[in-house]
Amino acid sequence: MSEDVTTQSNPVLVHGCPSETRFGQLVVHAARTNHLDVCRALYEDGYQMCVDLTAVDHLVHAQRSLPAGVTAERFEVVVNLLSLQHKRRVRVRTQVAEGETVASLFDFYPATEAMEREVYDMFGIRFDGHPDLTRILMPEDWEGHPLRKDYAQGRIPVQFKGAAS
Amino acid sequence: MTTIEPRIVSAGTSEGAQELQPRSIVGHKELMRESGAVLRMSEADAAALADIASDPDEDQTMIINMGPQHPSTHGVLRLMLELQGETVLRCKPIIGYLHTGMEKTGESLTFMQGGTNVTRMDYLSPLNNELVFSMATEKLLGIDGDIPERAVWMRMLLSELNRMSSHLLFMATNGMDLGAVSMMLYGWREREQVLRFFQKVTGLRMNHNFIRPGGLAADLPAGWRDDVLHLLEEIPPRLEEYEVLMTGQPIWRERLQGVGVITQDEAVALAATGPILRSTGIAWDLRKDMPYLRYDDVEFDVVVGVHGDAYDRYAIRLQEIRESMHIVRQILDRMPAGNYRIQNKKVTPPPRGRIDESMEALIHHFKIFTEGFKVPEGEVYVAIESPRGEIGCYIASDGSSTPYRMHVRAPSFVNVQCLPHMMRGGLVADAVAVISSIDPVLGEVDR
Repeated sequence: MSEDVTTQSNPVLVHGCPSETRFGQLVVHAARTNHLDVCRALYEDGYQMCVDLTAVDHLVHAQRSLPAGVTAERFEVVVNLLSLQHKRRVRVRTQVAEGETVASLFDFYPATEAMEREVYDMFGIRFDGHPDLTRILMPEDWEGHPLRKDYAQGRIPVQFKGAAS
Repeated sequence: MTTIEPRIVSAGTSEGAQELQPRSIVGHKELMRESGAVLRMSEADAAALADIASDPDEDQTMIINMGPQHPSTHGVLRLMLELQGETVLRCKPIIGYLHTGMEKTGESLTFMQGGTNVTRMDYLSPLNNELVFSMATEKLLGIDGDIPERAVWMRMLLSELNRMSSHLLFMATNGMDLGAVSMMLYGWREREQVLRFFQKVTGLRMNHNFIRPGGLAADLPAGWRDDVLHLLEEIPPRLEEYEVLMTGQPIWRERLQGVGVITQDEAVALAATGPILRSTGIAWDLRKDMPYLRYDDVEFDVVVGVHGDAYDRYAIRLQEIRESMHIVRQILDRMPAGNYRIQNKKVTPPPRGRIDESMEALIHHFKIFTEGFKVPEGEVYVAIESPRGEIGCYIASDGSSTPYRMHVRAPSFVNVQCLPHMMRGGLVADAVAVISSIDPVLGEVDR
């Protein structure tokens, strides 16, 4: 694995994507269009476990610090990958605008099945190629995506039959 | 063959039902989903496997619900099982019955209050949840290297005792699920001894909110060492009893050996961690492989299995209790004196005595508890080894005193995905053993 670019002390580009080191953790900023390719390349580098996949809604926090060449969008899909042999982690952050879809990593990271469903459920980000993109935590007829920043806490009235509201 | 239309839900979303669909609709695709991707199976292979789907008699198989109100489902896990006679063909876990939006709640609680929220996720190892949240916050604050030694060792002590209490409860529930009801009583009894120690230290049996950003809430009480020594004396003979009651018993072995087998490739592909991953023979333990706290200063073994079955997972957890006791003994020898929390005015409230003397201290105390402390902008992912596997905390901060986004990577949430693979082709009576061997905590599955 001598060609593993992620071993360099502070790589600028990882598989063609700007990267940075935050708190000693390698962060790769992928574009929405090459999200799948970057993750696949990292998978082939030995990051065989997709530990976590989540998202952040940056609606009210648009001016966050990003490396040059990365355009901030409303959503960020965050993928945490782990290499068991090299005992290393890498985090892929992908900018996604509202209404855009992201490629599903299910083909080589089957663990993302539930995680992508959760992100879809909570943020409304759709994953192309996901085998079963349904809500996972909320009821299937739920309206809205709770972890979005424009989804206020407590906006949904608590429904008890026959109780005065 | 009549085809049944997939149910379209009209309100707002049209994603369809979460439920297991009849084979006539999704037989082949479902199989690809369950095994194809993991086993790198070609479409043709999967189609061949799905031969039952072309069976004209739909009533050869039956879809039944197991849970959410089923005593063996550890809370509110619901499984849809497709059965052919006694054999499980497909399984789909349906979760969300305990979803209370804890990640959303976390966004409105300050970093100081966040512990009360995360501690309720995995309610069987609350101290590990608090620990990972505190470590993530400390990393963002840039004080992760300045935590006093005593606080670090106290955290390790509590984390290991918590691992013991969690595994002891697993012994109890695993026994109960398989019909060893006396084991249930023994397991709860021993766990209660550990919880009594927690109550003495933190004031609560569960949901302690004791490990906080910057250190801990209080120092260890007088006599803690004797209490821990007492525990270390009491539990080993009890573990010997478990060995007699379960490990050596033919019925127990018959019920667990070769049941719920998962291979190394499957476990890695499904990102299973903790005893499930270790049962396949991969010696992966974050305490050893990516050490945090002072785990690189203590000696312990990572327990691995060979077969990846429910028996290995049982044996690993039983042995891990012993390893945890081994670590606790070393902690007792090496517990340093000093502060139990960082002396950093930014995150630590002034001591009680100062409040009576100084107006500034009172204001400072008030400010920290009402507004909290501001955490610099940034994002961080921290992971530690909980009794169930890797528990991770991802925090994105916008520079305010509440997390902009707080996500917990819950080991049970990911591990539950292994169920369809472990159950395929097994007997429905073994389903209970398989669920039990995953040791899911629905509080953190649904968060």
